[in-house]
Amino acid sequence: MSESSNVASRVPSGVTGATLAKDLRLEWRSKDAINSMLFFSLLVVVVFSFSFDPNAEESRQIAGGLVWVAFLFAAVVALNQTWARELRNQVLDAYRVSPAPANSLFLAKALGNFIFVAVLEILMTPLFIMFYKLRALGPAWQLIPVAALGTWALVVNGTFFAAMSLRTRSREIMLPLLLFPVSIPALLAMVNATTAILTGELSARFWIVLLTTYDVVFTVACLLLFELVLNAE
Amino acid sequence: MKKLFPIFGLLTAVLLSFALYEALVVAPTEQTMGNVQRIFYYHVPSAWTAFLLFFINFVCSIQYLVRRNPAADKVANWTVILIAIATCIAAFVVRPLAEGMEPSSIATTGIIIAGLYFLIKKYFSVERTDALAVVSAEVGVVFCTVVLVTGPLWARPVWGIWWTWDVRLTSTLVLWLIYISYLMLRRFSTSGQTPVLAAALAVFGALDVPLVYFSIWIFRTQHPQPVIGGGGSIDPKMLQVLLINWLAFLAFAALVCWSRYRLEILQRKVEETQALQALEEPGGSR
Repeated sequence: MSESSNVASRVPSGVTGATLAKDLRLEWRSKDAINSMLFFSLLVVVVFSFSFDPNAEESRQIAGGLVWVAFLFAAVVALNQTWARELRNQVLDAYRVSPAPANSLFLAKALGNFIFVAVLEILMTPLFIMFYKLRALGPAWQLIPVAALGTWALVVNGTFFAAMSLRTRSREIMLPLLLFPVSIPALLAMVNATTAILTGELSARFWIVLLTTYDVVFTVACLLLFELVLNAE
Repeated sequence: MKKLFPIFGLLTAVLLSFALYEALVVAPTEQTMGNVQRIFYYHVPSAWTAFLLFFINFVCSIQYLVRRNPAADKVANWTVILIAIATCIAAFVVRPLAEGMEPSSIATTGIIIAGLYFLIKKYFSVERTDALAVVSAEVGVVFCTVVLVTGPLWARPVWGIWWTWDVRLTSTLVLWLIYISYLMLRRFSTSGQTPVLAAALAVFGALDVPLVYFSIWIFRTQHPQPVIGGGGSIDPKMLQVLLINWLAFLAFAALVCWSRYRLEILQRKVEETQALQALEEPGGSR
């Protein structure tokens, strides 16, 4: 079944760039994913503001969790349509029979999702700061590596599990069911790093190291196993 | 083998009733907790059994993925052997060891893990490792549920709370969630290659467990919570009862796994035959 599972199929190629460009162009013209993600996370911000007092000083303690839960749920929207889009006109079958390495396709999809979620985060962060009166008491620049590593952690596993849930009944529900349990350590690290930076009480270094470990471990696992999952029809 | 099943079933029943008697009557009553402590003889053996079953699931999933590819199979074999050797060396070299750990027991664990890997490899064909993976995950979830139910039952009278987000409780809960999602994937999958997808998910879950444990351990030690006394001494009589109970639970788990495994194999045979018949039928749907 996996005849082409030699070293050549494990390295990216021009296919990555081409697929990524295609996905970005599609998104730029339709704006499907980004619009629904933006609206969804806006709703989360508003709904959460009713469940506790957003003006209180303690809101800083829970803001980290709130931000990441909003992004996690919103990311699922983008992840769900990653592969569903390729089912139309049997595009995915064409990928399977083409000699293009599976992993370059995976990397293109993961990078595309990373860009979508990153754009969402860049657009939503000012809103969060406004609505919840956030101000980092710790080193604020550290939020950038935390956001980048955390987003990659969600997106790399999410892209993989989205490909997996493609072949299940009610796949839109299946993705979070698969993704959330495995993402728990990453989510814990993101939330704690963000809270540590916002409150300035503790160092976020340990959590950044943990996130990096998580990213490395699961990126390698995804690249090793993706070809099997793609070909599992 | 088939004839052995009722004999083994009878043996398990006898062993379970003996273990019940030992746990409820013979074991000394704990001084501070009283009779509530006796739940320990079900809670701990269930936990050990569940972890063992999840580990078997992991081994089966790895083998299901690697054994179709001879090169990957070879790499996996040598990795397992190297892990066993490294564990043995590390057990006698690395100092200091955590409290209550003996070098010999760590080395034995390493060898047992490698032994389990090669035993499964010897006695189960590639297709059967998948059947064993389903079975161990299902029975493991049942035992893990027993752990998660008996835990709060004990905690309520002793700690005064049903649940605490302590590292062991939380990691067990996350482990349970991961395996529930594994079973859901198997249930909902429409692919003919469900075993591949499920095995990949099992590998992800197994990679996740150490990260979960480590992160929650750090998370919770920064914010102290009521924690179960680590290590500690145990009355020799209690330890004996505990081990008898574990043996009984293991036998019970093996019995359930065995019968579920036979059912699974039978089910696959039925499906295979039906598929063949559909192919042979003139003018069949496929």
